[in-house]
Amino acid sequence: MVAVTVFGSLARFTDDKTTVEIEASNLRELLEGLGEKYPGLKPQLKRGVSVAIDGRVYNDSWFQPIEPDSEVVLLARLKGG
Amino acid sequence: MSKVHVTTSINGDPTEFLCEPDSTLLDVLRDELGLTGSKEGCGTGDCGACTVTINGRVVCSCLVLGAEAEGAEIGTIEGMAEGDKLHPLQQKFIEHAALQCGICTPGILVAAKSLLEHNPDPTEEEARYWLAGNLCRCTGYDKIIRAVLATAADMREAS
Amino acid sequence: MALDSKSEYDVRTFKVVGTRVQRPDGVDKVTGKARFGADITAPGMLTGLILRSPHAHARIRSIDTSAAEALPGVHAVVTSADFTPIDDDDFTDDILANCMARDKALYDGHAVAAVAASSGHIAKAALKLIKVDYEVLPHVTDVDKAIEPGAPVLHEGRSDETVPEGASPNIISRCEFGHGDVEAGLAKADRVVERSFKTEATHQGYIEPHACLAQMSTDGTADLWCCTQGHYMVRNTCAAIFRMEQGQLRVTASEIGGGFGGKTTVFLEPVALMLARKSGRPVKMVMSRSEVLRATGPTSSSSVDVRIGMTKDGKITGAFAELRYQGGAYPGSPVEMGAMSAFAAYDLEHVKTVGWDIVCNRPKQAAYRAPGAPMAAFAVESAIDELAKGFGLDPIEVRLKNAAREGTKSSYGVTYPAIGLEATLRTARDHPHWKAPLGPNQGRGVACGFWFNFGGDTCVSLNITPDGTVTVSEGNPDIGGSRASMSMMAAEELGIPYEKVRTIVADTGSLGQNEVTDGSRVTFAVGLATIKAARAAKAEMCKRAAMTWGIDPEAVEWRDGAAHATGHNAGEHPPMTLAEIAAIASNTGGPIAGHCEANPEGAGVSFATHMVDTEVDPDTGATKILRYTVFQDAGKAVHPDYVEGQFQGGATQGIGWALNEEYIYGEDGTLQNPGFLDYRVPVASDLPMIDTVILEIPNPGHPYGVRGVGETSIVPPLAAVANAVSEAADVRMTQIPMSPPRLLSAILAK
Repeated sequence: MVAVTVFGSLARFTDDKTTVEIEASNLRELLEGLGEKYPGLKPQLKRGVSVAIDGRVYNDSWFQPIEPDSEVVLLARLKGG
Repeated sequence: MSKVHVTTSINGDPTEFLCEPDSTLLDVLRDELGLTGSKEGCGTGDCGACTVTINGRVVCSCLVLGAEAEGAEIGTIEGMAEGDKLHPLQQKFIEHAALQCGICTPGILVAAKSLLEHNPDPTEEEARYWLAGNLCRCTGYDKIIRAVLATAADMREAS
Repeated sequence: MALDSKSEYDVRTFKVVGTRVQRPDGVDKVTGKARFGADITAPGMLTGLILRSPHAHARIRSIDTSAAEALPGVHAVVTSADFTPIDDDDFTDDILANCMARDKALYDGHAVAAVAASSGHIAKAALKLIKVDYEVLPHVTDVDKAIEPGAPVLHEGRSDETVPEGASPNIISRCEFGHGDVEAGLAKADRVVERSFKTEATHQGYIEPHACLAQMSTDGTADLWCCTQGHYMVRNTCAAIFRMEQGQLRVTASEIGGGFGGKTTVFLEPVALMLARKSGRPVKMVMSRSEVLRATGPTSSSSVDVRIGMTKDGKITGAFAELRYQGGAYPGSPVEMGAMSAFAAYDLEHVKTVGWDIVCNRPKQAAYRAPGAPMAAFAVESAIDELAKGFGLDPIEVRLKNAAREGTKSSYGVTYPAIGLEATLRTARDHPHWKAPLGPNQGRGVACGFWFNFGGDTCVSLNITPDGTVTVSEGNPDIGGSRASMSMMAAEELGIPYEKVRTIVADTGSLGQNEVTDGSRVTFAVGLATIKAARAAKAEMCKRAAMTWGIDPEAVEWRDGAAHATGHNAGEHPPMTLAEIAAIASNTGGPIAGHCEANPEGAGVSFATHMVDTEVDPDTGATKILRYTVFQDAGKAVHPDYVEGQFQGGATQGIGWALNEEYIYGEDGTLQNPGFLDYRVPVASDLPMIDTVILEIPNPGHPYGVRGVGETSIVPPLAAVANAVSEAADVRMTQIPMSPPRLLSAILAK
């Protein structure tokens, strides 16, 4: 199980929890698991999110491994100029 | 509207062209004569990207009619290097990284060349005020001013 | 490819990286030969022009183009009726609707029709013959007024699931970040500052207006030449709009005359392609400056409330910010970035930010250098400054006391790896600038800034020519010297002189997908791919040398630009240089190349501290910048000149934002200052030299330790200048720009 921190405005779709547990060993499993367990997150997941794994930000890399003790933080999709 | 016939000199080359009475010199340079080194950043004389010289005087070519080139001597960025030899300002701008995107560079070089012709030993403040009509959005002007002052010092030493 | 290991970074001594070589495009750019967006022509080319709405908000009852079409010399007229909306992709559909208004014009300058004619004169005449029947609607251009009850509504049904029931339809989304219990934290403070701040919209202000040249053949293939920060993005967006296969549209990026985020989307290109399709001729379109200001992306204007509590010894106990950003007429303001970055520089136990994305009758915002962060930093850094000064504490020491460091859980949730914020603050504190005396009516301000940076899809192809020179093809427009940086990294890796490497920006037909030049990603991500491509080429060259020597490839290693036989039992072989291996490539298996296609994620965050001295004229409210110093962590400065240039340019744009630049709307909702005379960007005589101090705290995510540097430098200046002006004028400034009339009235109201 991986502990995922979701940002505050998503907590109403995760039973008011800002940390949720998902069975996942990589980013793809994590994103799919989040959507399955908390369907209310699906619109945000579809619009796009970034995920910080152990302090580094990932946007797309499905097969980025996630260790059970990794720090995983869901972020709004990063934009730049 | 019939076109105006203009006889002029551009970078020392005898040149003739036909232009609409309301065409700017910038339009003529870019669209009729293929001299696209002069840029249009605003069309209202505020940015200086189109800076050229007419009879040695710095002007925004977007504020001059093509017809006004009649009998004049026009200098553009394309005439700044002598053959394959860059003008010292051009060389110094490269060495000092005085450009990022490079769109304002032609206008700034034409204006800076004129500055050094008028004032071979400008202070930083004089250089800044002389170039105040040439906008640069990338550099914050720091490296541009340094390049101009360094060129002035080199040229004074060489002369 | 092992892009995801914990650390890419190897401590090493550099030979090329870190030097100040001359850029490869320098001569073309100082002689006027470089070809920018408007500098290309095609045989038989038509001129395209756009008709724009004179109203801030109006229903378009009908458009009669018949008279324009009948004008001799007019070859095509286009309206929204020519485009098919994209039902399953709101993001792209909004871009299309922004390129050509549908049932409503949503802002002053919104495109409503376009013509292509045999000359610019005829095209202008044709625009005047297009009759648009408008029903003028009430409008709103202020972010706070847009969410008041009864405000004019731009779109129905665009609010997403995060917006509370019953909220204004002009609110698109709400976001919230943070941790801890802010109220409990604030209760522990000796003082709480509660302030509201406003920033006006500013434009990226690139000197080169948008321009493109489009051709479309009857067989369905098309070519575009344009100035853009991402020609692959242009291809993909236009292909989606035209339902074309991406491979059928080739986009070539011209030299780009500045972008700063404003050229990360399309405005003209779909229109030019449609005009080209309808006319069967190449069509060139070039915007005027007023079109650029009225109809391309400025950044958001913002309204931000903050509450920050501090103990009298300078510890922040709790922090809250509520941010309202208007993104113009369509969803997508960068408020999430503002809400995530607002307190990112600090180590806080109790912190919360709430962001609201709001639409109003202004042009659709586009990214502008660290989008969303400068406005948030303005509010937060101003409040922290006020608290520090209120307690008589040193503003740098207060920031150091609260600074985020390795192991800090950031306000947006991530625990930081090694970061450089404390280093920038300590260096600033120890710099002579901090101790220099100030005169009357002068003030000094400091502020910190943070930006994320990211990677993204990247392709690099590195080819060895038969004579042993190296060409690098990359897919990101060179916006400030990146071709030089790529050549340097390739030369470093290959162990050859910089002059032996030539980097070009390839068209969309030549490489795979490349993310836009944004997010400060190019030196990081394209640099990383260039290094990997060079490593692949080196491995191949070692193999060719091994073949030549008849030994095992593992017994060959690359150093100093040559293959060396070094393995056990490798035998005695004189090293083979890159040129020697290249010369016999045909005999050893054919041309030699290395390439890298990757999505290098894991870019490192970046921090800066800025310090500025200002002098305020109490009689006029005019502010002069006396001295400015930027302290920023670059990870590793590949080309220090261009790193300094990014620091100086970002600081200067921030100074303009702080003091002069603003979108001014009239009562009728039209833009009052669509020109560089009245939209006043900093000129040379406004500024002193911008001093820079480059710090190098290596990014573990890059082989050379590189961090993105382009965007962070615009984050601190709004607050740094505001803090300096507030000190000089002895009045806390909470609204920018601090233009002379605004500052004067604040001084008079003291």
